[in-house]
Amino acid sequence: MNSPALVVTFAHERDLLEGAHRLRHAGFRLRDVYVPYPVHGLDRVLGLRPSRLSWVCFVCGAIGLLGMLWFEHWTAATDWPINVGGKPWNSLPADAPVAFESLVLLAGFGTVSALFAVCRLYPGRASRMPSPRVTDDRFALVVEQSSAVVNTQSVRRALGETNVLSIEEWSGRILSVSDPS
Amino acid sequence: MSEHPEFHRPPLIDGHKSLADVTRDICAPLERRATALWWWAFIAAVSALLLGVVTVWYQIKTGIGTWGLNKTVGWAFDITNFVFWVGIGHAGTLISAVLFLFRQKWRTSVNRSAEAMTLFAVMCAGIYPLIHMGRPWLAYWMMPYPNTRGPLWVNFKSPLIWDFFAISTYFLISALFWYVGLIPDLATVRDRARPGLRQRVCKWLSLGWDGSFRTWHRYELVYLLLAGLATPLVFSVHTIVSTDFATSVIPGWHTTIFPPYFVAGAIFSGLAMVLTLMLIARKALNLEDYLTPRHIERMCLLMVSMGSLVGLAYGTEFFMAFYSGNAYEQFVFKNRAFGPLAWAYWTMVTCNVVIPQLIWFKAVRTNLALVFVISICVNIGMWFERFVIIVTSLHRDYLPSSWAHYIPSTVEIATFIGSFGLFFTCFLLFCRAAPVVAIAEVKGAMQTGHGGHHESHATGQEAAA
Repeated sequence: MNSPALVVTFAHERDLLEGAHRLRHAGFRLRDVYVPYPVHGLDRVLGLRPSRLSWVCFVCGAIGLLGMLWFEHWTAATDWPINVGGKPWNSLPADAPVAFESLVLLAGFGTVSALFAVCRLYPGRASRMPSPRVTDDRFALVVEQSSAVVNTQSVRRALGETNVLSIEEWSGRILSVSDPS
Repeated sequence: MSEHPEFHRPPLIDGHKSLADVTRDICAPLERRATALWWWAFIAAVSALLLGVVTVWYQIKTGIGTWGLNKTVGWAFDITNFVFWVGIGHAGTLISAVLFLFRQKWRTSVNRSAEAMTLFAVMCAGIYPLIHMGRPWLAYWMMPYPNTRGPLWVNFKSPLIWDFFAISTYFLISALFWYVGLIPDLATVRDRARPGLRQRVCKWLSLGWDGSFRTWHRYELVYLLLAGLATPLVFSVHTIVSTDFATSVIPGWHTTIFPPYFVAGAIFSGLAMVLTLMLIARKALNLEDYLTPRHIERMCLLMVSMGSLVGLAYGTEFFMAFYSGNAYEQFVFKNRAFGPLAWAYWTMVTCNVVIPQLIWFKAVRTNLALVFVISICVNIGMWFERFVIIVTSLHRDYLPSSWAHYIPSTVEIATFIGSFGLFFTCFLLFCRAAPVVAIAEVKGAMQTGHGGHHESHATGQEAAA
């Protein structure tokens, strides 16, 4: 993440989308975009594939459901059978509510844990934002500076008439961006 | 969610806000000193909480013989309060999860505080069965773990065990959903805060959130998945609460209508509580632009539809009692409407069925003072609904010689006041500790909420700057 990059800052969602489109068509590599809220359409511009976290959710849910069904059956019918009001020992309908709650619990916590792991979110992590205002009202596009061809001038040329607030170099640390507005 | 240019809908929030305005307005109550009003409310809430703590300590030490129960009425005040509080929680999940799945963008102004309400209401609810166990220090016996007590395992066929799993799952998933939703906003608060305790806490809790779209991309999917999990969960919770009653063979409880009836009632009561809280919060926290009369109107319409479902269930219960030909069932319903507790029954009908119908008039649902009064009526009515269901089904049972009356003891009433103290203490602290409106979600919704991406407010003035 510390490879050199250029940060292009925008004030509006539509400028960001327009700028991202233009840079992408001009062949620049976009590392990431920092936004105060999820801007729709950015996933296509960045070429992000649908996340596979739904599979984590499915697998955790399946483990929760099947594991609990097995456990209820094993405790009530195999390990220590109890006659409750003459009901059958292995009563599937009676096992459903707890198995369902277990499904939801495991799927929920499993998915969120996977999100934190995949995005490397953990307490005490230093946030590395290209502009201190991206959690407020700024949109920052980070362009990979893979060669000397990628510089402030070439990026500005590629952006054309798009409204841009600033274009600055970024080493991956928090910069105090001099904000024109 | 039409974004067709010809289809005009009013903006989601008032006041032509820019993104920075939204951040500033919503963070403002956190960043200024607490108002005198907040302190008075807080002192009142903490006093009620202390009363609750003392009475809970007293009744655990002495035993639940301090309650007004007798051998005929074995469940009354505390189970009423348990169901009342769990029900209130349900509107929070309805707003945060169900309306999210239905893409109702107006929910963004309301969902954060409604979810907080859910958490606190479920906390209040949890107290009652815990005390009712009689030996709350042994509550962990509800967990299925290898032990030496024999019978080794809990009885998974018992609705009371289902309830334990349902309520604890509901609390944990609601807390998770709430926290996941808070992460981006905590980062916003962190980046605005001056160095100090608030900044350190927010830094720790926001997990280093930096607004990276790669993270947002996954985050949005996880939020959707959580909403998809929480939606059937919320229906399951009150369904399971209703089976505490419906699987018994008590006339008035043993009916198949209970699960949908309880779920509708829960959402109804919760919406009333959301309205009560919102109407106070929008004034107290200067959030009138975010919680607009249009938001209140939509919640009113949801509330009246739920209330009508509840009314339908009341009627269906009576019809089924008549249609069943079962003398005991018929007696219970006659006793409900005309017996010694008829006043409670008719309070319930008036507050839950009759008064909310006024909401159909636009003049009523746009008059915030009237909406406030109606929401309080529904809160009262829904408490009485649970009281009526529980006590009138029990106090005159199969054997007339064991008929009894039920009067709550002072200890029970003080515990109930204490649970309100806990609820409001938590809610008031939440108002001071976290953004009460989901900042990132409001920003996302207002950009696309009217006229699509290209019509955001303040575009012109900022571009010119």
